[in-house]
Amino acid sequence: MELLRFATAGSVDDGKSTLIGRLLYDSKSIFEDQLESIEQTSRDRGDEYTNLALLTDGLRAEREQGITIDVAYRYFATPKRKFIIADTPGHIQYTRNMVTGCSTADLALVLVDARNGIVEQSRRHAFLASLLRVPHLVVCINKMDLVDYDQEVFDEIKEEFRAFATKLDVTDLTFIPISALKGDNVVHRSENMPWYEGTSLLHHLEEVFISSDRNLIDARFPVQYVIRPMSDAHHDYRGYAGTVAGGVFKPGDEVIVLPSGFTSTIEAIETPDGPVDEAFAPMAVTIRLADEIDISRGDMICRPHNQPQIGQDLDAMICWMSEQGSLTPRDKYLFKHTTRTGRVLVKDLHYRLDVNTLHRDHDATGLALNEIGRVSLRATVPVFFDDYRRNRETGSFILVDEATNNTVGAGMILGPTQQV
Amino acid sequence: MDYELSHLRMLEAESIHIIREVAAEFERPVLLFSGGKDSVVMLHLAAKAFWPARLPFPVMHVDTGHNFVEVIEFRDRTVERLGLRLVVASVQESIDAGRAVEETGPRASRNRLQTVTLLDAIEANRFDAVFGGARRDEEKARAKERVYSFRDEFGQWDPKNQRPELWSLYNGKHRKGEHIRVFPLSNWTELDIWQYIAEEDIELPPIYYAHHREVFRRDGMLLAVTPFVTMMDTEETFEALVRFRTVGDATCTGAVESAATTIDDVIVETAATRITERGATRADDRISEAGMEDRKKEGYF
Repeated sequence: MELLRFATAGSVDDGKSTLIGRLLYDSKSIFEDQLESIEQTSRDRGDEYTNLALLTDGLRAEREQGITIDVAYRYFATPKRKFIIADTPGHIQYTRNMVTGCSTADLALVLVDARNGIVEQSRRHAFLASLLRVPHLVVCINKMDLVDYDQEVFDEIKEEFRAFATKLDVTDLTFIPISALKGDNVVHRSENMPWYEGTSLLHHLEEVFISSDRNLIDARFPVQYVIRPMSDAHHDYRGYAGTVAGGVFKPGDEVIVLPSGFTSTIEAIETPDGPVDEAFAPMAVTIRLADEIDISRGDMICRPHNQPQIGQDLDAMICWMSEQGSLTPRDKYLFKHTTRTGRVLVKDLHYRLDVNTLHRDHDATGLALNEIGRVSLRATVPVFFDDYRRNRETGSFILVDEATNNTVGAGMILGPTQQV
Repeated sequence: MDYELSHLRMLEAESIHIIREVAAEFERPVLLFSGGKDSVVMLHLAAKAFWPARLPFPVMHVDTGHNFVEVIEFRDRTVERLGLRLVVASVQESIDAGRAVEETGPRASRNRLQTVTLLDAIEANRFDAVFGGARRDEEKARAKERVYSFRDEFGQWDPKNQRPELWSLYNGKHRKGEHIRVFPLSNWTELDIWQYIAEEDIELPPIYYAHHREVFRRDGMLLAVTPFVTMMDTEETFEALVRFRTVGDATCTGAVESAATTIDDVIVETAATRITERGATRADDRISEAGMEDRKKEGYF
């Protein structure tokens, strides 16, 4: 059984909670005591219907204010797949939460109200999903029951969305007409829309092909931890533990270690269950090399003829995530990238991007909370990176404020800084 | 070769990655080990993460003194088998030292007192990272907690002020006296845990499987008859075929009627059940809508 992670985004009224509630309920992932508890709470509050958002809006502040303040993770499974939903709230902190939810998602689900068509928020959802390189985008055109299941409404929205999406980097785009409330095309295909030839949402989630989304070409192994048992049974054992960040590694492969540049061959790829013939992302394994060379955490094992970019100057898109202070040129931050930590200096802010219009403001002087822009950074240590477009693991980083220790920025690498 | 990993292998890889990150970046980690199934799975993953070396950190049991004998035997056997260093933090000692006050009455439980003992032990041992086996599907306050959950010098969790967590990059930065709770099983569900236990053939304390036991009914739950629980006049004991879905303090952990004697039976039961494990078997979570949130803010597991 495979695992699919997807992110949902939407505002209060677009039926997102209803949709998720239906997926959970129909897959029997809501338990009786949970349902009873939220039914009781809804009754106590005088709500007319059971508010499924209460299932995860469990924090006191959320219940008191009737809002979702954070990304909520929900879980359900069908006989075909296990699903992890990163459910992101639609209002305050919207961008920060959506970026967080999308960073690990295989698929993003955007809801559009059939009565209102595409609104600013729909465009913003789609843009963020493409910025974070979520491989599959599903647009659910919801509340079809309120537009008489009219194919024309669906087609119009679809065409408008498609036209907008050409400006983005979306590789796989799917449209599904649904009614989350009535259940049309959510779990089963609807008889109310015979003109729709696609599958139900759940069927799509179960079948969408995700195993080719990973990078199986560029072999990348950031060394995470060096295993040296110091025991009689494993006296000379020296293994490099880590998670494969790209490509495929096999025993016998010739490899190069960065930054030293020493080469060796893979002696064995080990797990406690025995050696494996190959390791690919995101397997957590231990690699042993034929030669004794000095390797430590933060180094990277890759193939001599397929190396990442190496450098201290790089350009990236940054999403700013902190309420306290903004990002401005000359700021310094702690920088975490793969298993490497260093410091960076913000050399330049090229522009701030308007997430609604995609307009680039070249006069911007800083990035505040939820703002996104292009920067040039200079790092204290050499960084072994790939473009985020090519590899989400070796192309991403976070910035940490050294005074507060908070995570303040999320970065997606575009490439080395272009020398003018 | 299709380069596909099953959901259990994906979850396993994610957990091992987290455990190794902590070992690499913290000075004094510790893993909470109660003998409950989630902590058993977490320990199994930690052992895998550093194989063939031993665990590079100790394990700690917060001991309420109200234990099931079978669980303590299992704990000690496991510590022996894996060559672990075990730290026992005793709630009884906290009470004796006047750090915590025993609840009274038939519903007295040491569940909440554990927080005092846990925080004292973290401080005394200067632990800077504490692995816990909590899962996000367990409870809705847990559903919003990060994998790396920052705690201030009072051990408090601030749900409204959590660090964003992206990709597989974790921020463990903290000052002296503060610490990070780490939850490597965040994305596992109860069913995943059982399926993994079956797939990996992991040993559990025998009380997780159906057995005959003296019990009595309270608040719709079956509680075991132990020296630690005072029964009320209206309560009657009887023998039943039961198993435990969670294992905690004997005074507040209920059993469920079950004939599941094997792991496969348990999986079938778990897949079919319509009640959450905490709803079914934990008196401590029934305190209020926000029972878990309030305890977590104080520094609970």
